[in-house]
Order: sequence, then C-alpha cells, then structure tokens
Amino acid sequence: MTAITEATVGRRERGPFIGFAIRLFRDKPLGAAGCVIFLLFLFCGLFADVLAPQTINQISPINRLKAPSLQFPFGTDNLGRDMFSRILYGAQLSVIIGFCAAGLATVISVVLGIVTGYLGGKVDMVAQRFVDAWMSFPDLVILIVVVSVVGPGMWQVIVILGFLYGIAGSRIIRGAVISVRENMYVHAAQSIGATTPRILLRHILPNVMPPVIVLFTTRVGAVILAESGLSFLGLGVPPPAPTWGGMLSGAGRSFMYLAPWLALAPGICLTLVVYGINVFGDALRDLLDPRMRGSGK
Amino acid sequence: MPLLEVDGLTTRFRTERGVVQAVDNVSFDLEEGETLAIVGESGSGKSVTAMSVLGLIPRPPGEITAGRVMFEGRDLLELSDEEMQEVRGDRIAMIFQEPMSSLNPALTIGLQVGEPLNRHRKMSWTESLKGAVGLLRKVQIPDPASRLQAYPHQFSGGMRQRVMIAMALACQPKLIIADEPTTALDVTVQAQILELLKNLTREFGSAMILITHDLGVVARYADRVCVMYAGRIVESGTAADIYGDPRHPYTLGLMASIPRLDEDTQRRLVPIEGQPPNLAALPPGCSFAPRCRYVTDRCRSERPALEAIAGRHMKACFANVSNRV
Repeated sequence: MTAITEATVGRRERGPFIGFAIRLFRDKPLGAAGCVIFLLFLFCGLFADVLAPQTINQISPINRLKAPSLQFPFGTDNLGRDMFSRILYGAQLSVIIGFCAAGLATVISVVLGIVTGYLGGKVDMVAQRFVDAWMSFPDLVILIVVVSVVGPGMWQVIVILGFLYGIAGSRIIRGAVISVRENMYVHAAQSIGATTPRILLRHILPNVMPPVIVLFTTRVGAVILAESGLSFLGLGVPPPAPTWGGMLSGAGRSFMYLAPWLALAPGICLTLVVYGINVFGDALRDLLDPRMRGSGK
Repeated sequence: MPLLEVDGLTTRFRTERGVVQAVDNVSFDLEEGETLAIVGESGSGKSVTAMSVLGLIPRPPGEITAGRVMFEGRDLLELSDEEMQEVRGDRIAMIFQEPMSSLNPALTIGLQVGEPLNRHRKMSWTESLKGAVGLLRKVQIPDPASRLQAYPHQFSGGMRQRVMIAMALACQPKLIIADEPTTALDVTVQAQILELLKNLTREFGSAMILITHDLGVVARYADRVCVMYAGRIVESGTAADIYGDPRHPYTLGLMASIPRLDEDTQRRLVPIEGQPPNLAALPPGCSFAPRCRYVTDRCRSERPALEAIAGRHMKACFANVSNRV
C-alpha cells in the first residue's frame, strides 16, 4: 500500500507535462514525430520575422529563378524573392489561420454538439436539420459564394472556415455526448442537484475531450489545406501575402518545369505539416483518454 | 408528521410495446431517522419509485400520472425543475447501484465529493475541497487529503462506494435513497458498506430508503419493510413483522427461497414458480395470481387492496396464509 502510494506520488512529482512527454515518445513514436513537426511549424510561424534571412516582398530581378543554394536555401521565385523567407512567413499565416479557424470551428462544434446532444428532443431535432441542410452543400460552393460576397482576406477566410467546419463537426461531438449522457455519473450529477450548465461544463465536457482534441487537430490540418485551396483559386488571402497555397498556384504552377522548387517547397511543407498535425492529434487522443491515464504502465 | 409521505404514486412509461405501469398506486411513509427497505425482484418498480421521489424520471417516455410526494411539508411533484434541483443533493441525496460507473472518470475524487458543497452551500472550491477531506475521513478512506487528487479508476469498488456515500452525505440530507448500494460489491465489502451507511445515517440523523433484493440485508439494517411486486406494494410492516410473520404468498415464497445458516442443511430451497409478469400486460386481478399457490377465482378477477392486518402490518391478499402452524 505504502509502496503504491509512493510510486504514484513519485510519478506526480515529475510534473504532468514531462511525464506526458515521456509517455508520448515511449508509447507513440509516430505521434512524437508529428509533435516535433508541429512544434517546428509553430516555431517557424511564431518567429518568422526573426528567422527570415531576406525581406519577403523585395523584388530582385538579378536573382530571379535561382536554384536552391547556400544564399537561397529554397531558391528564388520569378521575381527574385527568397523562397525560404516566403515559406517561413507562409507558415506564420498558416499558423494564424489554422489555429484561429480551427479554434472557432471547435468552439462552434462543442457548443452546438453538447447542447443538442444533451438536451435532445425538439432542440436537437431542429438544430440538426439545420446542420443537415448546411452539410448538404459542398464546402467549396459555400466558400466560393461567401468569399465572392464578402471579398477575400485573412479574417474573412478564418470566419468562413470556422463556421464551415464548426457546423459539420458538431455531429461528431453530439454523437460523443449522446454516448456519455446515459452514463450513471450524469444521473449522479443530476441527483446532487447540478444545474444543466454545470452538468454540461463539468461532467460532460471533460468526458468528450478526446474527440474534441482530435477534432481540433484534424481541423487545423484541414483548415490549412482549405486555405491553400482557396488561395490556389485566388479566393484566399490576396497577394502579395506569402501563403503556401498562393505560392503553389502562382509561380509554382507557371514555372513548374523551369524551377520545380517553387512548387516543391510549399507543397512539401504543406504535406508534412498537415500529416504531422494529424498523427499528433491521434496520439494525443490515445494518451489523454482518462481511462488509459496512469493505468499502471 | 412523517418526513416523507408518498401517497398513491403512479409512474408510467410509454414504450413501443404499450404503456408500462412501472409503479402503481404506491403509498408509504417514513419518519425522521428511520430506515425503510423496499424489497422486490428486478422490474418490480423499486428503482422507479425512488427515481420518482427524486424527480429523475426521464420525461418522455416516463410520466408520473398520479400521487403526492410530501417532503418537509411540500409536494415534490409540484415543484419546478429549479426548485427540485435545490432539493436534490441538499435535502435528499441518492446513492447508486454501480459505484464503478457512477463516478465521473474524468474528474478527481476531491472535485466530485466537494461538488455538493460548492453547489448547495455556495462554498468556494478551496473550502469545498477542505470539506471533502472531512467527508472522506468520515467514510474511512485512509489518508484523505492525498486522495483528493486521485481519479476514480485508482479506487476499488468498495472505496468508490465510500466516495459515493461521502458525496451523498455532503450536505447532511434529511433523506438518503440508496438504490442497491451493495449489489456490485464483494460479500465481505457489502457488510462494511452497510455498517458504514447505518452508522453515518444515525450520526447525521438522516432517514434512509434502502432499495434491495437481498432479504439478508433488510433483516439487519431496516426498521420497516415494503415488499413490492409488479409495481405494487404487496406487504409492508416492521422488519419483525415481515420476517417473523410474513402473510403475503409472495413474501412467504421469498422467505422459502433463501438459504439459512441456522437450519437443517438438508432442507431444499423452494423457488417461486413461473416468471415475473409483463408490466405492459398485467392480469386484471392480483398480479401474483399466475404464480400463487393459494390462488382462487376471485384473485384472477379482482385486485386485492392493501389492508391492515395488525398495527402497521399490511398485506394485499384475499387469502389468509401464514407460515405459523
């Protein structure tokens, strides 16, 4: 008994965060790789201003379409702008858009999903038919229509993507809530007189956190992809902002044979980041499940 | 005036196979500090009776169609949802059957035991957690202060049930409803938990409704007993009445079907023949008639009312049966 207590306490004292990191690297190597990619991406995005060796919109005709070299690690584009710096700033834009839009989407999904899932009945019926209607439109159609009305721009893209993914994602949270709702501990919470908001926030929400985390991480990836798609179509953040999608569709496509690095650099970055975020999200879900937390291993 | 007075409580569920009368015209009362056992087999309406008292029947499909539940001078069935939330956990608390699933796996023990204090006593979380330490000590959990941060999965079944008891006692409720509190536990742990419940309810001056299908439990811990069958009370009385002089054929059958340590080991247990009735299609007369050894034509057409035999001992049966020679 004492030994067990000491072992538990000993593990506690290392701090939950370090313990978690150790478990991540030991049990989920792929997730850990995703985590490293994700942190690298965050780091690049946050410190793009410091890291970038060149200014991003400085045109330099002498250096146009240079192949990757020590001076220009990712080469230069058709206007002689340093691709490496532009990729870094692109990461910054992707971080902002990815986190804001995925954050907004998750909040919308959670609020809508928890309320309709827990209350059920008429509220659920009405809200979910609205979600049905919304989901019956292809994403791109909604995006194109709304962007063509409100005009392109970063904040417009964030709000549109947030609502687009948020409303669809509410289905996932609602499903999780319905399976949690019938648990005895929810009845137990009712039996101690807990009010509905208290039950939703304190008893249901912590138990649907695993799907919420996965929803958020996959949405970050999806939003970054969608934003690139929009930029590719010319509906995203307008040039000269260095978005990865914009780089792919602009110079990347026009000079694909002459200077393949113009398409490869943003393409590979995009693929790596989205993949990394997805495997990291999967690992997070597995590790944060309270039923697996500290299960003696 | 009794603490709780349930009068003619009727609860129905609308299902695809028809209306199920889960609780039918059930009446009982409970004095302060008294322990009442409600006994019956699965599906006899014991739990639904308890849930109806607490107003936790899922609506729809359930509905309480008749009756009064007088508690501290108020009819609980007349209260609004908000008023009822103030009563639950503060004046009336409940202990559930499954300690494994009635604690929230994602919250620490401290937060769960302290929650009623935070909710009803308007204490800050710091104070509530302090209160939780005291409560955990009361239910004899060793080293309670360091256990506040533990999660339910780190506790055994018996420990979790202690935690549930601590939660239920948090606001010193006048009434505790324990719905088969020991069914999911080891036999050795069962006795400890019941002993603890008995002592703590006495210490806190709470009355208790003990729902069980274990007659052994009833004999030791209950002051009075209601035997339920197919949603109705068929016999009620003091524990001594029910054990010493059971008068309803169903109660007699229950007594004959439990093994006893103080009797000849060669005695064969006598089961009650047949199956519990389908609540959606009850016979017009006595619900127990199809399984009863003393059945008459009158039983099949007319429903016997609950009538006093002597003092508070009541039964719902036309026949005059007894195991006394």
